[in-house]
Amino acid sequence: MTDISMDTVAGAVPRPRRDIGLKRRYAAERRFRIYGMLAISVGLIFLAIMLFSIVSKGYTAFWQTTVSLPINFDEKILDPDNKRATDPSVLISANYPKLAENALVAKLGINPDDKVTIRKLKGFLSDGARTQLRDVVAADPSVIGTTRNVDILAAANLDSAFKGQIDLNVDEARRKVSDQQVIWMKQLTTDGSMAERFNTGLFTFGASSRPETSGMGVAIIGSFYMMVIVLLLALPIGVAASIYLEEFAKKGRLTDLIEVNINNLAAVPSIVFGLLGLSVFINFLGLPRSAAFVGGLVLTLMTLPTIIIATRAALAAVPPSIRSAALGLGASKMQMVFQHILPLAAPGILTGTIIGLARALGETAPLLLIGMVAFVANYPTTPFEPATALPVQIYMWANEAERAFVERMSGAIIILLIFLMAMNITAIVLRRRFERRW
Amino acid sequence: MNIMTEKALESAVSDKMSGTPNEIIKMRGNKVGVFYGEKQALFDVDLDVRENQVTALIGPSGCGKSTFLRCLNRMNDTIDSARVTGKITLDNEDIYDKNIDVVELRARVGMVFQKPNPFPKSIYENVAYGPRIHGLAKKKSDMDHVVETSLKKAGLFNEVKDRLLEPGTGLSGGQQQRLCIARAIAVSPEVILMDEPCSALDPIATARVEELIDELRQNYTIVIVTHSMQQAARVSQRTAMFHLGYLVEEGATDKMFTNPDDKRTQDYITGRFG
Repeated sequence: MTDISMDTVAGAVPRPRRDIGLKRRYAAERRFRIYGMLAISVGLIFLAIMLFSIVSKGYTAFWQTTVSLPINFDEKILDPDNKRATDPSVLISANYPKLAENALVAKLGINPDDKVTIRKLKGFLSDGARTQLRDVVAADPSVIGTTRNVDILAAANLDSAFKGQIDLNVDEARRKVSDQQVIWMKQLTTDGSMAERFNTGLFTFGASSRPETSGMGVAIIGSFYMMVIVLLLALPIGVAASIYLEEFAKKGRLTDLIEVNINNLAAVPSIVFGLLGLSVFINFLGLPRSAAFVGGLVLTLMTLPTIIIATRAALAAVPPSIRSAALGLGASKMQMVFQHILPLAAPGILTGTIIGLARALGETAPLLLIGMVAFVANYPTTPFEPATALPVQIYMWANEAERAFVERMSGAIIILLIFLMAMNITAIVLRRRFERRW
Repeated sequence: MNIMTEKALESAVSDKMSGTPNEIIKMRGNKVGVFYGEKQALFDVDLDVRENQVTALIGPSGCGKSTFLRCLNRMNDTIDSARVTGKITLDNEDIYDKNIDVVELRARVGMVFQKPNPFPKSIYENVAYGPRIHGLAKKKSDMDHVVETSLKKAGLFNEVKDRLLEPGTGLSGGQQQRLCIARAIAVSPEVILMDEPCSALDPIATARVEELIDELRQNYTIVIVTHSMQQAARVSQRTAMFHLGYLVEEGATDKMFTNPDDKRTQDYITGRFG
């Protein structure tokens, strides 16, 4: 007994340490951590720069300078011959800008006979005043002959000047607002009638050559139509194809070939899909140009591979034990797929679909080819009428030179990013929520 | 299992009921062979499964016992490359015959798997699923009855009767496996195949499932694959020993464990190989 206990004590003498390269190994790990943090920092810095530049340029797009004027809907100007009861076109082509001009002249206290000064008012109010006032009359013809306060849009240059985007210290000849206009602007600002208001027009107006009356209304509707079409077509087709390939098709050379092709399609540049849409849907099938329907079809083709790949992965992730359990009970293959596999794969399918949709929402190139880069001023009431899309609208505004368009472009980018972020967050939340661990 | 002594085996064998009054052949395998692609996994197996008895299939890993079991309800059909030769009958009908529908066959020959695999649904839904797809219980009250009796037969009812609507995946491993057994018997099969049903369970849960198997024998014919010699000795009346894809020998369990004909069986059950 004592011998044994002596031995145990003797064994406790520390052995000389071996060099197993611990220092080197820990150093390597530290280096790797630093590389990782560097990589992430670089990514985050660029993201921050991008977001900052977009937001700093674009946030003003959500505000629009307007001048609140008491407009006298003077019958003598609108309908001098009093024919509006018999000829409705009179009210459509009436001289509305004159109403706004008169109101502004009165507001500024200019002598109505001082034609020289009045001429300097040109370019103070937007030409959009014509539509604004016409809409007021169209909505309520009884307004004729009365006076009503209307927030008239300021012209783009005045809007920029009001927002401080035009350097007023530059020589008058080299800037787009005259000294006289600046004086008036200050006068109207002081009495409170000229102010920035939330720019609802950015969301409702269609295309226009004037920045202050152009908006993303048509683009939002076009993108919405396309998303609906993509969802209605790509989801059922993609899911059906995946289920067949994954669960029913006999694995063989043909399914391998199809799989390679699907993966290939997912990597095909989107402009090729645009060319395909142009030649098949527009030239061969004779579908209308610039229509959201064709855009939706092209984006469907583009999104299908993404959805099929995501769906197949989600189906394959359902453990074989569930399949065995269902089949072992005597469920038919169809029952197994639709009562067990598909519900379990649904979150994965949904996530893939949303990510595919988000990609389709941001897609521009194929839409250019099928003519969705068009000047569309009126809302498309059906998907077969000309429309544009959000990214295409950004592209079109990016081609304009005026400062006010740059602002709108950045505003549109912010809105598109918000849409994309909302979709991706939805995808992540769904995945987190329904993720199942086996 | 290698440390088991022959003495322990003998006592295990003598504990269980011996002597079998009726010896009706429920299922019969005749020269059954299975190929996975080019590779042959099972060779010329002739094996009878007797009604209302527990037949244990034993043998080292990869010997083909699970493969044979999966032939009995054609689960091998789900593997594209698998091909079955020979003939397997259920009540003298060839189950690989064109006239036999595989869905109907699986309603008659149920299966319990190695890993408990309840559906990620409620306990009630797990048991009700089989009867529902086969249209066995039309009314809600009938279904309630089927679910209750199945859970009772599986010895699980008292443990879960207050939480039938909770997910089956929330039960313990042993309870899950008994739920899977309840799910299998809910469609009133004639034969129940069990593929190592206790390998994922602790000894107490194993004991409960073994008791259950012995009770179920009254109403069902059971074929069980097991790696545990004690389990085979405790629960089965007949034992079949597989090795390298061949059936080595088959016979009454007490004879197999005390006086096997084949040297390989002797070596395996005494833990000299496998």
